[in-house]
Amino acid sequence: MEIFDALMQGFATAVTPQNLLLMMLGCVIGLFVGAMPGLGSVNGVAILLPVTFLVPPTGAIIFLAAVYYGAMYGGAISSIMLGIPGASTAVATVFDGRPLAMQGKADWALVAAAVGSFVGGTISVILFTLFAPPLADFALKFGPQEEFALMMLAFATFIGLGGDDIPKTIFSIAVGLVFAAVGLDEISGQPRLIFFDIPGFYHGINFLVLAIGIYGIGEILWTLETSQGDVKVSQASFTASRILDAFKRLKSSTLTIISSSFLGYFVGILPAAGATPASLMAYGVAKTMSKDPDSFGKGNITGVAAPETANNAASTGSMLPMITLGIPGSPTTAILLGGMIIWGLRPGPLLFVNHPEFVWGLIGSLYMANLFTVIINIAFIPLFVSVLKLSFTILAPIIFVLCIVGGYAPTQDLHDVWLIIIFGVVFYLLRKLNYPVAPAVLAIVLGPLTERALRQSLVAEQGNVATFVERPLSATILVLAVLLIVLPVIKMMKHKKKSAAADDGPEADES
Amino acid sequence: MTTRTAELLMAILMGLLSVGLMWKSTELEIGWIPDRGPGGGAWPFWLSAVMLLCCLVTVYRWWRRATPQSRSEAEFMDRNTRRINFITVGSLVALLGLTHVIGIYFAIFFFLLFYIRFVGRHSWPLTGILSVATPIFLFFFFEALLRILLPKGYSEPLFYPLYRIIY
Repeated sequence: MEIFDALMQGFATAVTPQNLLLMMLGCVIGLFVGAMPGLGSVNGVAILLPVTFLVPPTGAIIFLAAVYYGAMYGGAISSIMLGIPGASTAVATVFDGRPLAMQGKADWALVAAAVGSFVGGTISVILFTLFAPPLADFALKFGPQEEFALMMLAFATFIGLGGDDIPKTIFSIAVGLVFAAVGLDEISGQPRLIFFDIPGFYHGINFLVLAIGIYGIGEILWTLETSQGDVKVSQASFTASRILDAFKRLKSSTLTIISSSFLGYFVGILPAAGATPASLMAYGVAKTMSKDPDSFGKGNITGVAAPETANNAASTGSMLPMITLGIPGSPTTAILLGGMIIWGLRPGPLLFVNHPEFVWGLIGSLYMANLFTVIINIAFIPLFVSVLKLSFTILAPIIFVLCIVGGYAPTQDLHDVWLIIIFGVVFYLLRKLNYPVAPAVLAIVLGPLTERALRQSLVAEQGNVATFVERPLSATILVLAVLLIVLPVIKMMKHKKKSAAADDGPEADES
Repeated sequence: MTTRTAELLMAILMGLLSVGLMWKSTELEIGWIPDRGPGGGAWPFWLSAVMLLCCLVTVYRWWRRATPQSRSEAEFMDRNTRRINFITVGSLVALLGLTHVIGIYFAIFFFLLFYIRFVGRHSWPLTGILSVATPIFLFFFFEALLRILLPKGYSEPLFYPLYRIIY
């Protein structure tokens, strides 16, 4: 009852005219920032943080949380409409969102993303409200060994469930991890992999550089090849009956959406993980559990709903350790945390006691922001769909321009933009030879976290590699990772044996 | 060039890249430093070794004709694709090169003018509207709203009056 009263108080704070206006503005700005290739929730929140010093802390966090929510969905828009993830959290949305758009079903994909995001967001806010302190305690048990095991699980998902050439998939992961190692070695502080002594490499290779290169430049080169430059991408139509139809189709994804909400929320809480691995794992799980796994990657609506549900659930989940313990669960919440300190608030368990209006106002606004974002998203679908109706020779140069500008904005270094073009061309050629490119992007995002977790574990245990299997939690996660890799291999071998037996059959008969 | 040749060539190139990365990683300690854990070069060194191993497996599978690409005798990139890719990548390089000199806004104007009019063969009015409106929108979105300054090269003085309006 106490929680309920506090929540009602939170709602009262959230619906004051100023906070309501800030929330709506945040959702709309977040949506557009997220939809721009290269700019995600991190950039949106970081860039807009100084603006919030004009309003009280509660209004400020409500505004930034709304930007966070809006950007989470906005990433899905560019994934679906342009085939370019606006942020790493929307990488998995491309896998099925893009094929759906190419089939003229972009509106279905957008509805699936909106509904998934809404359900994921709502379920995770309810979980946030009810179970905040005990869950945070559980997440605290995660040491570097568990974090490392979790990363291995994310990579295993790609090797085991990607369905691509396994050596080429591992190559792609390793390339991403090596690129992530460029810059300064975190532990010794020494420069590492500074190619040809070019100063631009000192700040490392931002994951956006590889992501924009692959999904911006490389993707457009790919589309130009298939369309030869003069064919429209797709004819998408938008009517109320088609939207209703999309809702009906989503019924079959109900279980996936609910399970992805829980998965996303729990992965989001973990300080090392966040929305990107959550969305990729949710996609992997949805594919494994599906009756028709082969349809994934070819335009399955569940393949859009699962990652979008999970990334929204994770974005709420990542706020939990930030609010209760002062540990950010994602880069975006790290910036929010910085903001709270500037606003004069001390994140941690005492926040609930000392500033209940702030915490509950935020929680109340999360419920409202969720509802508002889903309404605005569905209302804007015709606008997003009309993007696809443009001729590709208009869309392509505009996307190139957005990629160049979006690639420049985070580091403000033209060196990064040159890298984007080089990566775009090289990974386009690799993709033509059936090298999967998504694992490289995943690896460059998770690379620094993986290396840190590995080295911390080894240093703490004096080089004892067995530490990863001696701890029950990390051992369990590692077993899951190994199973994920081994099972499809066994399946493939069985399939090969079967087909070999089928081939031998007639010959045996003849003999 | 056939897809089969391209598959081998790419595996060899990527293998060489892996060797290069391994060599570059040795600038830092790649072994175990007592009391301090693995050296700074160990992580990229062993990952590059994994990359090299994957390339060797790909070459072996190419020799065994185990992958669809290693069996394909089809042309890797046809003439039309080569043409459109050359124009696109060339114009992107020109866009970036021009950005260093005349700034991003004017470079975008010329890039869009070239691509929409001469590659897309769209009408002059449409080309004009998009080429002018895009940099103007980007200027107000990035510089006025988000306060991110984009490179302007030698065209910087032309923006002084606008700075006075937005700041």
